[in-house]
Amino acid sequence: MKKILGIFGLLVAVFLLTWAIEAKFASAYNLQNIIRWTSLFGIISIGVAFVIITGGIDLSIGSLIGLVGCILPMLLVDGHSAPVALFAVFALSLLVGLIHGLLITRVQLQPFVVTLCGLLFYRGLGRWITHDQVQGFGSGYESLRVLAIGKIPLFGGFSLPVPFVLLVLLGILAAVFLNRTIWGRYLLALGRNEEAARYSGIQIERMKVLAYVICSGTAGIGGILFALDVNSIQPAAHGNFYELYAIAAAVLGGCSLRGGEGSILGVIIGAAVMRVLYNAINVLGIPTQLEFAIIGIVILTGVIADELIRRLAARRRAERGEV
Amino acid sequence: MPLLQARSIDKRFPGVRALHQVDLQLERGEVLALIGENGAGKSTLMKILAGIQSPDAGAIHLDGQEVQIDSPRRAADLGIALIHQELYLCDNLSVGANIYLGREPLKRGLIDRDKIETGARSALTQIGLDIAPDTPLSQLPIGHQQLVEIAKALSTQARVLIMDEPTSSLTGEESIALFAVIDKLRAQGVSIIYISHRLTEVGQLADRVSVLRDGENVGELARDEIDRNRMVSLMVGRDIAQYYARAAHKRDGIALEAKDLVVPTWPQHPLSFSLHYGEIVGIAGLVGAGRSELLQVLFGLVAALSGHLLVAGEPLILHSPLDAIRAGLALVPEDRKAQGLILEMSLRHNVSLPGLSHHRRRFAFIDFVQEAEAAQTAIEQLSIRTPHADQIAQLLSGGNQQKIVLGKWLALAPRILLLDEPTRGVDVGAKEEIYRLMEKLAADGVAILFASSEMEEVLGMSDRVLVMHEGRISGQLERRDLSEESIMHLATGRSA
Repeated sequence: MKKILGIFGLLVAVFLLTWAIEAKFASAYNLQNIIRWTSLFGIISIGVAFVIITGGIDLSIGSLIGLVGCILPMLLVDGHSAPVALFAVFALSLLVGLIHGLLITRVQLQPFVVTLCGLLFYRGLGRWITHDQVQGFGSGYESLRVLAIGKIPLFGGFSLPVPFVLLVLLGILAAVFLNRTIWGRYLLALGRNEEAARYSGIQIERMKVLAYVICSGTAGIGGILFALDVNSIQPAAHGNFYELYAIAAAVLGGCSLRGGEGSILGVIIGAAVMRVLYNAINVLGIPTQLEFAIIGIVILTGVIADELIRRLAARRRAERGEV
Repeated sequence: MPLLQARSIDKRFPGVRALHQVDLQLERGEVLALIGENGAGKSTLMKILAGIQSPDAGAIHLDGQEVQIDSPRRAADLGIALIHQELYLCDNLSVGANIYLGREPLKRGLIDRDKIETGARSALTQIGLDIAPDTPLSQLPIGHQQLVEIAKALSTQARVLIMDEPTSSLTGEESIALFAVIDKLRAQGVSIIYISHRLTEVGQLADRVSVLRDGENVGELARDEIDRNRMVSLMVGRDIAQYYARAAHKRDGIALEAKDLVVPTWPQHPLSFSLHYGEIVGIAGLVGAGRSELLQVLFGLVAALSGHLLVAGEPLILHSPLDAIRAGLALVPEDRKAQGLILEMSLRHNVSLPGLSHHRRRFAFIDFVQEAEAAQTAIEQLSIRTPHADQIAQLLSGGNQQKIVLGKWLALAPRILLLDEPTRGVDVGAKEEIYRLMEKLAADGVAILFASSEMEEVLGMSDRVLVMHEGRISGQLERRDLSEESIMHLATGRSA
């Protein structure tokens, strides 16, 4: 809970600071943009959080988003109905997660290696099947694209982007799963201490596979939304670096790469911090070449502050001589 | 003037007072045996002398000068060397390279191999070990590796040699060779602090015995006062018959039967034995004799290569610990911190972990009410001293942590309880409670199989003892035949 407060404080600070400098940052149009993108990135960040909680990592998310972005328009253009096409790409994503999970648990390869190979393979596959041609939905599929770009009018010219509703639904689902079901407890336990979890009768291999399936599944959902949103998918570039944004959001939101820790709300706020920062750089007219540098520095500062606070707390506890 | 003198040493860890006003003194050319039960504070005291931990209070004098031993390097400079129970050697390097590890002599910026060769050879000669310094360490038996560790200490000009249970993994002949080396070193004026659970070897070796209990000095025995009963009563602080308060057990039907069970680490020795309800059976043996491996196979953590397992007469095939749990087995593992507990999780979450899937529940939702009840039951049943059920396990003392591990398994009401070193790192009070609990469970008809390195515990608690040596059961002893000698005889590989 304390961790969430810290990251929430950072979000508010960046938000207020930018607003103070540039008033149009808080315009309805800009806020809607931030919320829409936060929702898309939040969804994939929730997925990777499950893998990080087990002490693993998934580097293939961006490439999988790229692949989904290539296949979905092709299926629709080929004349498949929207539900069939959506189901097909979602099922493909789950299959990818299953393969990752099995390679990691059965063949006992390292998650980093397996998903790095995935990163390369899905990107290459997407470029090959599309011959590197830009993919899109043209001006059609308006009703489908509502999922990504639709808005629900609220008040005073402000409307809520539809992806935000999806994020909230997925977030609640994920939080209940993580905190109230035995599977979530098992994931947290094995992330902390795999050996002890095994000695407690937990089927750790199955649980890990499940985490990778969840991760790739949400990447698939994210991939569908990103594709519908941009409508002009460059097979070589679509989704590049997204896995790193997602991992950064999860870490900012309190997931330890050592495993065993994480909260869904924190991860969503982490994703929001990333998007607000990115947007602030644009709005404030900071040279966009500095974008990565600034995001990197802010995350590093946040993580250092977190570590220092943790040490301080540990020392206080020791001084009180807690017995 | 003594060579080494420690005065009024205090050391606290979160949740436990490890040492309180402890004094220790060591003369030149003396073998001082430091004894005490698990958790008495011996290892902490030795780590302080070796600069691995620093004391909260107290002073250490060497040659009459007060010294601050604030790092292992400082300890080495002062001539104090600690030989750990587990060997800290690199088995991918040669014997010579190990002896000079971390202080390699250089010639023009490169490692001076000739100097290592000659230096290592003279250190090995000093202890009478005739091996070439360029032999890969991995080719030596454990006993020789132990001697290499001693040679390494001597080559740093150590005057004080601390040995923490050096014989716990040695065979009979290797132990005898080690004792000869110790005698030789004593004659050369080296002072030795010798920690051991084997009171017989303490009696053979020591010039003086110092006893710790619950982090305090409780007595000292001069050479002519050393005898087993005195040592034991100082260690446990009361009459041992009362300490291991046990009633006669009513042996019931067969709970567990292993027929030609083949453990992967020792494929050449199929194991057969049986365990009855209401019976406490100890497994004794040296470190590495295969005790833990056997328990891991029985609990489904490691698959047996072949053989049969019968639980209450029914064949049991184990694919994972879950199968063992469903058949009514529970295992309290050897390493509480790595295998028994998830230290960062609360008492409540630890206790509920193995039972979560058995709780009444809708879909996979955790029944939080039942979880809280289970934690409360464990706290009361085992008198776990904790401020509340949500306390992080890490912040509790070793004894209370071990009770959480017991609690999480007792919540499932197992019929067969496997215990691996059930009282390791636990204070005397908690130990006694664990023994009482074992007694009570046996009286309720639970079958208990426990592995232990602590001789007094095996002697005190077992109705029957299986002694293991290099992966096979070298003999079984009924209670009336139990003695340290009869167990060690079998444990070091001589047949009954």
